[in-house]
Amino acid sequence: METILQSKTKTIVISPEHPFVMIGERINPTGRKKLGAEMAAGDFSRVRRDAETQVAAGAQMLDVNAGFPMGDEPTMLVTAIKTVQQVTDAPLSIDSSVVEALEAALAAYEGKPLVNSVTGEDERLEKILPLIKKYNAAVIGMANDETGISMDPEIRAAIAEKIVRRAQDHGIPPADIIIDPLALTVAADPTAARVTLQTMRIIHEHLGVNMSCGAGNISFGLPERPPITAAFLTMAMTHGLTCAITDATNEMIRYAVRASDVLLGHDEYAVNWISEFRQKKAEGSKQ
Amino acid sequence: MTHEEILKGLYDNTIIGKAAEVKTLTQQGLDAKLEPVDMLYKALLPALQEVGKRFEVGDFFVPEMLMSAKAMQTALVILRPLLAAKGEKTLGKVVMGTVKGDVHDIGKNLCNIMLEGAGFEVFDLGVNTPPEKFIAAVQQHQPDIVGFSAFLTTTMPMFKVNIEALKKAGLRDKVKVMVGGAPVTAAYAEIVGADAYCPDASSTARKAKEFVGAAGAVPGGALADAVGAVEQMMSVVEPESSKQ
Repeated sequence: METILQSKTKTIVISPEHPFVMIGERINPTGRKKLGAEMAAGDFSRVRRDAETQVAAGAQMLDVNAGFPMGDEPTMLVTAIKTVQQVTDAPLSIDSSVVEALEAALAAYEGKPLVNSVTGEDERLEKILPLIKKYNAAVIGMANDETGISMDPEIRAAIAEKIVRRAQDHGIPPADIIIDPLALTVAADPTAARVTLQTMRIIHEHLGVNMSCGAGNISFGLPERPPITAAFLTMAMTHGLTCAITDATNEMIRYAVRASDVLLGHDEYAVNWISEFRQKKAEGSKQ
Repeated sequence: MTHEEILKGLYDNTIIGKAAEVKTLTQQGLDAKLEPVDMLYKALLPALQEVGKRFEVGDFFVPEMLMSAKAMQTALVILRPLLAAKGEKTLGKVVMGTVKGDVHDIGKNLCNIMLEGAGFEVFDLGVNTPPEKFIAAVQQHQPDIVGFSAFLTTTMPMFKVNIEALKKAGLRDKVKVMVGGAPVTAAYAEIVGADAYCPDASSTARKAKEFVGAAGAVPGGALADAVGAVEQMMSVVEPESSKQ
């Protein structure tokens, strides 16, 4: 299954046969109160820099979140999206669950965006899916619902299936649904990663849709997080994960992803791997 | 084993999170006529304090924190009824929950640990808690305090919804409302009409004690220290798991 996402000038394909898509996570004021305060004050210079840095590091898409306490989220999100679309041609993931902000952002976006996200809750589905249809977007569906997050992979997969079915009722094809099987921190529960991987396998085999997750969650609360996140991504890629919201600027994470692409045959003739090597070599010789 | 050996064993094993050993030692302590109060104040709480210190300087991590809390929990299960029988009553009741639409629970759980450690009885409603469930729990348990946790800017507005629901149910003046979570600020807490903003687990316990008029009261001394020691815990835990 191929999920197609676009900016004005660039198309990205997410599928189990394509290189893994890293969606840069940094444009998000949660936990970055300075960034949030700047955005609320109308200063988007850091957003611009973050966009450029992440794309330069190999992020094929960027997540854009403008949620800030008492900030005017619709306005901030629209400005952030316009800002990012000016400096990069990477398709965007519009990160909000506020309907007004999403609607404004979808109207302002040029191309076909990803919306991050909708849960399996009926109320959320009925609010968000019509917007996805109206603006011909794709959406991340989180595998939790009114009952919370299950630690049973079958239940998470069932919620995923419900989201896909409900989307179809709204005229949205399964290709435009990317399921998030939910990566929780192993620091709080040693079974967390295993449950997520099992969920991925079931969804991959039974639904065949693309999957994304917030990869960094897995290593939260541990020292030396990048190796944990990187190992998780490598495992997840063998279980059907096709993209992730992650830190592409971290070399360990980026290498794990790109090396797995080579090993899984998604980077044919290791073209991407070699070109990154060559680029690095060129930068090295310049200095 | 002497009383000192048992207390030292409790202290050491609580720090390294050996729940089975802590359980055995607690039982041995009772068999050897050790006072439950002594086991609590001379071993368990100082151990939690030490864990908090190590966490603060980056020598301990979330899983170790949780293991220690779990080990202490096994002792408290045995000791709590005995402490209650001896008139060591709880400081008060707290209903806690992550608001509707939000499934982040690590921060709330650490707050629960510190509240219980400070002597409160905590009723945890879990995550994604709708207003009705908060109302029902407040009616049932008649707590002194209710705490709302939210990790997302998109779920923070539930604070106000919950507070309105409390008003509508005629319960608003019966409880103090505490709010917290990564994106929350003191200004926001005030705007939605909460009584306190709690930026971390230790301040949650401290505020709770203020609300029940127990700031500095027994069991305040050792407990207050234990609470203070874990001061940085939440600031380490809160900022990041937002990368969803």
